[in-house]
Amino acid sequence: MNIFWQLIRAYIKIGLFGFGGGYAMLSLVENEVVGPGWISEQMFTDIVAVSQMTPGPIGINSATYIGFVAPGSVDPAYATIWWGLLGSCLATLAVVLPSFFLVLYSSHFIRRHHESGVIKGIFSGLRPVVVGLIASAAILLMNAPNFNPNGITWQLVTNIIICVAAFCLVYFPMPWNHKKLHPIIVIVIAGLAGYLIYGL
Amino acid sequence: MDSTENISAVRPPEKHPCLRLFLSFLKIGAFTFGGGWAMISIIEREIVDKHHWIEREDFLDLLAIAQSLPGILAVNIATSVGDRIRGFKGCVSAALGTIIPSFVIILLIAIFLTPDTIKHNHVISSIFMGIRPAVVALIVAPVITSARSAKIGWKTCWIPVGVATLISLKLGFLSNPVLYIVLGAVGGYLHFLYSRRKLCK
Repeated sequence: MNIFWQLIRAYIKIGLFGFGGGYAMLSLVENEVVGPGWISEQMFTDIVAVSQMTPGPIGINSATYIGFVAPGSVDPAYATIWWGLLGSCLATLAVVLPSFFLVLYSSHFIRRHHESGVIKGIFSGLRPVVVGLIASAAILLMNAPNFNPNGITWQLVTNIIICVAAFCLVYFPMPWNHKKLHPIIVIVIAGLAGYLIYGL
Repeated sequence: MDSTENISAVRPPEKHPCLRLFLSFLKIGAFTFGGGWAMISIIEREIVDKHHWIEREDFLDLLAIAQSLPGILAVNIATSVGDRIRGFKGCVSAALGTIIPSFVIILLIAIFLTPDTIKHNHVISSIFMGIRPAVVALIVAPVITSARSAKIGWKTCWIPVGVATLISLKLGFLSNPVLYIVLGAVGGYLHFLYSRRKLCK
């Protein structure tokens, strides 16, 4: 089977069976792309590291990168930019489209039955759970790679201060204009702080 | 609340609504570090606070849909929000906006660099040392705002606390988010049946 079909099949599978988003999907992605030998284990770890250092969902990042590299690594005839571009477009579309249509269909279904007491009841039960899910995402990210990657105490303390300061900036209205700071501005400030503290 | 009226009320009045939606999600996609959950506070600010395209409570419902389906969380959130605001065109614009920044950046890296050079770049890694703890704060903030809009009080706070604790303990099957989505839906349905029966009596 052609490598491009294999890519499409693998990424449709990832898009259909990857629950929980992001890191929860990584082992599935690893099985699908390291298994057939498209990329090495080491390369996969590198791609995950780069995904953490670039914006965007990790699923998209890995699909784009692996779609670009895989055709060339399977058959040297495909090792040009244009075949790579085709591969990354196909892999990205394949990972997005299944859930795109699932979300589209279910939100239409829910909107059509918006008035029904059953749907209202179900969502009243889901809302507190979603609050818990967001909280669990925050708790799971309060780990060593995010706060203390090098195991140095002053860095841990600095990172906790950055986290608390970022929370205050994004949650409390600023005294001068009584508006909360935009989260994007907070990310930019945090990146600058990181460069000034750790980069110089 | 009439559903059709509700939908027209949330439609953006601007001239090129889909373009605005696309640009908003382009911004969101370009600054989403650390996966779909980190997006929530940016979407909240852009879509709920700034443009008033949807209500905070509706946003929570859309998150429930996005999380209970498979696929990439960030894209699911964008699709459901886009669909809510502008139907099919809206969700295509929102999904494309979310995907394009990371697609382009990764493609440029794949063409011109190797992952290794990025990983060992001192400047980039120091910037991300600062961004990562801030991203955690960006996820804590919507916990509080969404708890408020879900009207969580002393009687119901055990649900989110329990869900968050069990998931973050990493207990295998017990820590699967899908389990709690199903439980929440079933619980909400039972509560609905119960309150209807009480009403009939």
